[in-house]
Amino acid sequence: MNLIELQSVNQYYGTLQVLNDITLTIPAGEIIGLFGHNGAGKTTTMKLILGLLSPTEGQVHVFGQSPQSLDVRQQMGYLPENVMFYPQLTGLETLRHFARLKSSPTVQVDTLLEQVGLTHAARRKVKTYSKGMRQRLGLAQALLGTPRLLLLDEPTVGLDPIATQELYDLIGTLRDQGTSIILCSHVLPGVEAFIDRAAILAGGKLQAFGTLAELRRQVALPTTLRIAPLMDTQPLQNKLAALGLTATVVGQHTLSLRVEHHQRLAAIQHLLPELNDLDLDVSPPSLDDLYRHYFAQLTTESH
Amino acid sequence: MQPIWHIARKELSDGLRNRWLLAISLLFALLAVGIAWFGSASAGQVGFSSIPATIASLASLATFLVPLIALLLAYDAIVGEDEGGTLLLLLTYPINRQQVLLGKLLGHGCILALATVIGFGSAAFAIGVLIDGVDLSLLVVSFTRFIISASLLGWVFIALAYWLSSISNEKSTAAGLALGLWFLFVLVFDLTLLAILVISEGRLSPDLLPWLLLLNPADVFRQINLAGLGDNSAMTGIMALGQDLPMGAWGLWIALSLWLLLGFALARFSLTRRII
Ligand SMILES: Nc1ncnc2c1ncn2[C@@H]1O[C@H](COP(=O)(O)OP(=O)(O)OP(=O)(O)O)[C@@H](O)[C@H]1O
Ligand SMILES: [Mg+2]
Repeated sequence: MNLIELQSVNQYYGTLQVLNDITLTIPAGEIIGLFGHNGAGKTTTMKLILGLLSPTEGQVHVFGQSPQSLDVRQQMGYLPENVMFYPQLTGLETLRHFARLKSSPTVQVDTLLEQVGLTHAARRKVKTYSKGMRQRLGLAQALLGTPRLLLLDEPTVGLDPIATQELYDLIGTLRDQGTSIILCSHVLPGVEAFIDRAAILAGGKLQAFGTLAELRRQVALPTTLRIAPLMDTQPLQNKLAALGLTATVVGQHTLSLRVEHHQRLAAIQHLLPELNDLDLDVSPPSLDDLYRHYFAQLTTESH
Repeated sequence: MQPIWHIARKELSDGLRNRWLLAISLLFALLAVGIAWFGSASAGQVGFSSIPATIASLASLATFLVPLIALLLAYDAIVGEDEGGTLLLLLTYPINRQQVLLGKLLGHGCILALATVIGFGSAAFAIGVLIDGVDLSLLVVSFTRFIISASLLGWVFIALAYWLSSISNEKSTAAGLALGLWFLFVLVFDLTLLAILVISEGRLSPDLLPWLLLLNPADVFRQINLAGLGDNSAMTGIMALGQDLPMGAWGLWIALSLWLLLGFALARFSLTRRII
């Protein structure tokens, strides 16, 4: 059974079309990154999966059921972007209230407060919390009831570097325990290493969905190879030119060459005998490059 | 059922925390005692006059005060939580929108009912203890009827406030609408009815006019209490119309309960369609 299925979903707010014919099947047990420009419809997609919105057209299924079903909601956790709480309640009271609503055991409240590092502030009113503390509390409430599916909308906003790393580690652990996770983020280099699959939304359309390796194959962006340190770059540059590869000098002692995706292994093989005690650095297109590629594609299409 | 109770519990503890319960109870108690002892001061007489006179004055007071307090208590129940961002979070929990409304109604309803019992109940207690030779059974019966009907009236307006709250995009809109609703039922409706009476000069069917009273929950409430006194001299103005209603007290109670159902149905309809 698939975790989430969106079938030809069109979503309108009044007359404004936000999602355009989205069909997407998300498998269980993975970390999915949902990316797109501001206003691309990421939050809207999450709201559809949460059953907060009903699709104007098309269908959404979660665990094979309608997301409006309370059974499904019982198994989902959500951290909204700009999470807000009742300002007059303390962190502890807030979490207890939500724990009751999710029928999760009260001991979990203390464990979660400990886990997100809020134990010392648990008895202070939420209105006195800093942005990052609210974000931590938001994360704690999302984890109540040990959900099977976790939706995190820009979870690292406001978190300090250590907390960010801890969050990614936590997400990884949860995935290994069988939780499925969908997360939105604009910090592409930060999440690149943690996600199993990426979905890229732009202009209301799903531009791409797949593992990074699949997307790289699809877009055929060049891979960058760097060789350093070279006292004299010219001889190697000439040799590469003979093979039809154009290398450029970057910095003082470094050669850089961009090779097409399908040629990268052949190029590396050619280089290996030349390396001796040189370093070879291979950079496949990053998530950022992929994102820019799909975004550029969209803007050229629309002109 | 469970989630309804959890929401109610939160509203109730909010009401205790921000001292709403205490404030409304005190207000009700002060006004009720004041009316009981000084209500007939205009007639040149100070001190307790009679139970019917006290209930009649209290009913007039409660007719505008209870709806106002109910609307104040509940007008931001939905739009306030939406603006605060907590409604979004709440609705991702295993609770549907109807349950949210029911929970809030239960919580706010408890606050108002408790305040009514404490406030008006303590006034009744003071009368029973301090006034010699007062008819205790009449006191208990008429105050019980008054307290229950005032609570029911309050619930009607709480439910109507949820409706206004569910259709408003901003808190200030909801506040404005609530104030408008209050004016409509407390002032405009009776004046309009009076105007119709005068202008029509009896050409309107006399069978129809009394039914118009049922279109205003505040009038139904007053009718319940005045009719209960069995003293038609208190039936002044449009209240006199009620004497021609071909049904007993139960009809009035049912009418007020139907108003509660209507308010809730409107709120439910609007909240399910609201985009969060
Ligand atoms: N309640 C609403 N009413 C009307 N339009 C809305 C509403 N919510 C979102 N939109 C519009 O829908 C579009 C998509 O919004 P959405 O919040 O899904 O974007 P997003 O991808 O999450 O953006 P961001 O990266 O800025 O969070 C935007 O154009 C936004 O203006
Ligand atoms: Mg967003």
